[in-house]
Amino acid sequence: MSEEIMPDKNGRFGVYGGRYVAETLVPALEELAEQYEFIKKDKNFLKEFRDDLSHYVGRPSPLYFAKRWTKLLGGAKIFLKREDLNHTGAHKINNTVGQILLAKHMGKKRIIAETGAGQHGVATATVAARHGLECLVYMGEEDIKRQSLNVFRMKLLGAEVVGVSSGTRTLKDAMNEAMRDWVTNVDDTYYIIGSVAGPHPYPQIVRDFNAVVGEEVIEQSKIQIGKDPDVLIACVGGGSNAMGLFYPFIENKNVRLIGVEAGGLGLSTGKHAAPLNDGKEGILHGMRTYLMQDDAGQIIETHSVSAGLDYPGVGPEHAWLKDIGRAEYVAADDQEALEAFKELTKVEGIMPALETAHGIAYVKKIAPTMSKEQTIIVNVSGRGDKDINTVASIEGIEL
Amino acid sequence: MTSKIKDTFSEIKAENRKALITYIVSGDPDLETTLEIMHTMVKEGADIIELGIPFSDPMAEGISIQKGHERALKKGASLIDALQLVAQFRSSNKKTPIVFMGYMNTFESLGAQAFMAKAVSAGVDGILIVDMPPEESSKFSDHAMKNNIDIIRLIAPTTSLDRAKKISSQSSGYIYYISVKGITGASNIDADDVKNKVEVLQTFTDLPIAIGFGIKDAISASSVKDIADGIVAGSVFVDLIGEGNDVLNMVAKKTKELKEVLG
Repeated sequence: MSEEIMPDKNGRFGVYGGRYVAETLVPALEELAEQYEFIKKDKNFLKEFRDDLSHYVGRPSPLYFAKRWTKLLGGAKIFLKREDLNHTGAHKINNTVGQILLAKHMGKKRIIAETGAGQHGVATATVAARHGLECLVYMGEEDIKRQSLNVFRMKLLGAEVVGVSSGTRTLKDAMNEAMRDWVTNVDDTYYIIGSVAGPHPYPQIVRDFNAVVGEEVIEQSKIQIGKDPDVLIACVGGGSNAMGLFYPFIENKNVRLIGVEAGGLGLSTGKHAAPLNDGKEGILHGMRTYLMQDDAGQIIETHSVSAGLDYPGVGPEHAWLKDIGRAEYVAADDQEALEAFKELTKVEGIMPALETAHGIAYVKKIAPTMSKEQTIIVNVSGRGDKDINTVASIEGIEL
Repeated sequence: MTSKIKDTFSEIKAENRKALITYIVSGDPDLETTLEIMHTMVKEGADIIELGIPFSDPMAEGISIQKGHERALKKGASLIDALQLVAQFRSSNKKTPIVFMGYMNTFESLGAQAFMAKAVSAGVDGILIVDMPPEESSKFSDHAMKNNIDIIRLIAPTTSLDRAKKISSQSSGYIYYISVKGITGASNIDADDVKNKVEVLQTFTDLPIAIGFGIKDAISASSVKDIADGIVAGSVFVDLIGEGNDVLNMVAKKTKELKEVLG
């Protein structure tokens, strides 16, 4: 078995992944896969992508030693991979910078996207603005309510934000609606999926464009730590920031990979968004993966304080990494995430996104159990400004 | 092996008319009404009934059928219910073919083998799993074949010639040609485009071809009826059910209207 060639030619990671879509989209996905295989070896594309990452996104993002937090937890040294410092405030821009170039290469004039917390929507609207392309973002009405700041940002960037009122009115329904748009406007429209999810080749494309995170960490660890980190930690909703960090380390088995799902009100309550911890195999959004579903195969409502993790599925490569035992998947609940959000803000002056705070929460658990010679790197996938309203309202404060 | 679907199309052809295939969602608004609607449709001239299996995330459906799925799920409708519904329908109708149209996750939750066994004993004749292209369907195809259940597949305006050949070679019963790029209930059928595509399909498959997505009345039905072997109408019925006014009569009228066009 070689992890190098994942996914296989059918877009599968073991049994997961694949391309479970209505026939109208199959030819479009085949074309996308073909074009992507071509472009990823194209020197001009690679140069443009790297230049954009350097000069537009602001890469490389720093690897920051959290000295006070390390001391407070009293165990392993903790380093933060600062994806929150990227342009637009999250790792999501890495993927959209790449996919918009692919869209232009394919001659598409219209860009669509789905968004949960709004970070991917903002990152998409941003690159669409920069390239002068029409942009439409689907967002669940529930999420529009809890992420009003990002909705306004997208509008300022010239994107149209379409509220989705079907189903649970969150990320999964936004993705259904984006798929429906794509199938209708497939000739001139490029669909920028925001996570390592959906039908092949999206999980691969989004992973590859985010892999720069892990690649930088390899170099930065050599210089700043002098050796491999012992543990990598990242939050997992669809799983793009985690996949970007983990992917370049998959073959380096000295490094533990830990993904942290949203435990919501607690795994035992069933009210969470942790399919790898407490879901079962199924098919949604064009992929086979672990899902939150009932016995009849209906997708069930998920619960998380963070809109970006409030998704019933997970990228198929994570499902595969779990099954082969290469990565571990745990959960942090809403309360733990909120405490972590506050602690990192107070101790290091870095306010993480609520999504990120789930990874931070697990660092709080594991760091004290490790020795001072060991190192943890946690991906600070996004900054927390967008969550201030949510945190305030939980505390009963009106802004 | 013979199949009810095949026999039905042969009969229709002999009578020099086109098949009327009607779609409703199982359990919308409730199972008793679905059963009554099925009988009403047959009485007014429906040749084949496609029974939508409610799913929480019906990605290929337009707003009308999405709402049908939501109404059915609110009442707790499931794949198992739909199987029981067909068994009930069969107690007084042994002839009209029933096709289950749905999404893979609900079928998988039961398992391909278990589902096919239950489908045969209930009296289901075919399945059309929207998000199951040939590349992802080996388990279902194998078990369907063993149980003499037809696998109906979609061919779209975007499907290449080579791919259309491959899809039809792995289909049985009939081919469902999607008339427009889009979701169910879409508008603007381009009859000339559909005609060109279907004529090409007919050069390499003997399977009957039914045209669906966007056929809602006598006008749209007549625009495509000469092109193929049958038409599928869905959203228009699901809308009538959603409106909830005198449903059986309205469904009867609409079925009749379409039937008259098809001869």
